[in-house]
Amino acid sequence: MAHDVSLQSTGTATLDAPRTGTWDGGNEPFKASYGKLMMWFFLLSDAFTFAAFLTTYGLIRHKHAVFTGEAKDFVFNTAYWPIPDHVFNAFPGLHGVNLPLAFVALMTMILIFSSVTMVLAVEAGHRMDKADVQKWLLWTILFGATFISSQAWEWSHFIHGTEAGTTMADGTVFHGANLAANQYGPVLFADLFFFITGFHGTHVFSGVCLLIWCFIATTNGTFHKRGHYEMIEKIGLYWHFVDLVWVFVFTFFYLV
Amino acid sequence: MATAPAETLAPGEIAKPNTAWIWKTFFVLVGITAVEFVFVFLMKAGTLRNSIFIVLTIFKAFFIVAEFMHLKHETKGLIWTILVPFSLLIWLLVALITEGAYVGEALQNMFS
Repeated sequence: MAHDVSLQSTGTATLDAPRTGTWDGGNEPFKASYGKLMMWFFLLSDAFTFAAFLTTYGLIRHKHAVFTGEAKDFVFNTAYWPIPDHVFNAFPGLHGVNLPLAFVALMTMILIFSSVTMVLAVEAGHRMDKADVQKWLLWTILFGATFISSQAWEWSHFIHGTEAGTTMADGTVFHGANLAANQYGPVLFADLFFFITGFHGTHVFSGVCLLIWCFIATTNGTFHKRGHYEMIEKIGLYWHFVDLVWVFVFTFFYLV
Repeated sequence: MATAPAETLAPGEIAKPNTAWIWKTFFVLVGITAVEFVFVFLMKAGTLRNSIFIVLTIFKAFFIVAEFMHLKHETKGLIWTILVPFSLLIWLLVALITEGAYVGEALQNMFS
């Protein structure tokens, strides 16, 4: 670090020592480090955004009429809100088979499992076990990427729709969905699907990018030299939050 | 579930993995999700079923936040800082769903 030497009057190169003053980051409110505390507050603000989406969904859904007949007699119609297990009943590779919510169940399992591998990476970080951190981060990246791919398939299927389609109010048959019309129900149903699952998918994508960066930094030994793996913990908080949001999206979009 | 973290937090030599609490939480989450699917297919849609789903979702959220995100083991101040704004959001959700039902009804009866 030759350039440091030239800048300092003492002539010795020093690392940026941890600051310990009360107003210098040395004070830890709630006994949590600055980074973790800020991650918690960021997640809280992110929760506001997702809550706004889900609240909007709840309001709009209750504004629309419900299908009053037996669930087995349900057909798509723009006059009432669709029953989710009649919309999301396809599975990749099993064309034409009615498997209500099976694929979304698999996606939920994948995401919960990625949360488990993430917490295992954090645990390995506490033990300063570099190899274990790498292993579990790779698993988490794999599951996260699988989830995004599954969502891409789900979107593609939703956009292309069924062969039968639905006869719209003007007499034409419409297949699939876009932001202006869809075969499943009211226009806003597809709009909310795209916005809510899309916003969540974007979060998963950011998470995977952050995890890949974490993996590279771990492999380079950055965290080991630093003496702690707190960065993994902070990214882990974000990753669990994304899983948490999915738990709510799953309930309000697919189950209720 | 609450046993492990205290010792795993201590830095030092490479210790043995302490993961029993992680897997326990995982099986709780999988179990709750399975129960949700039982209700989807075996129970008629309605307010009661929706309430069951919401209660189960809050259970799942509790396990993710308390164990995986470690909030249960943080200080009381931090716990409340996160929980209070969150509970206000749930109030907003309930209030606007009620409002939505009213708007739908009002629009339907607009001309009668």
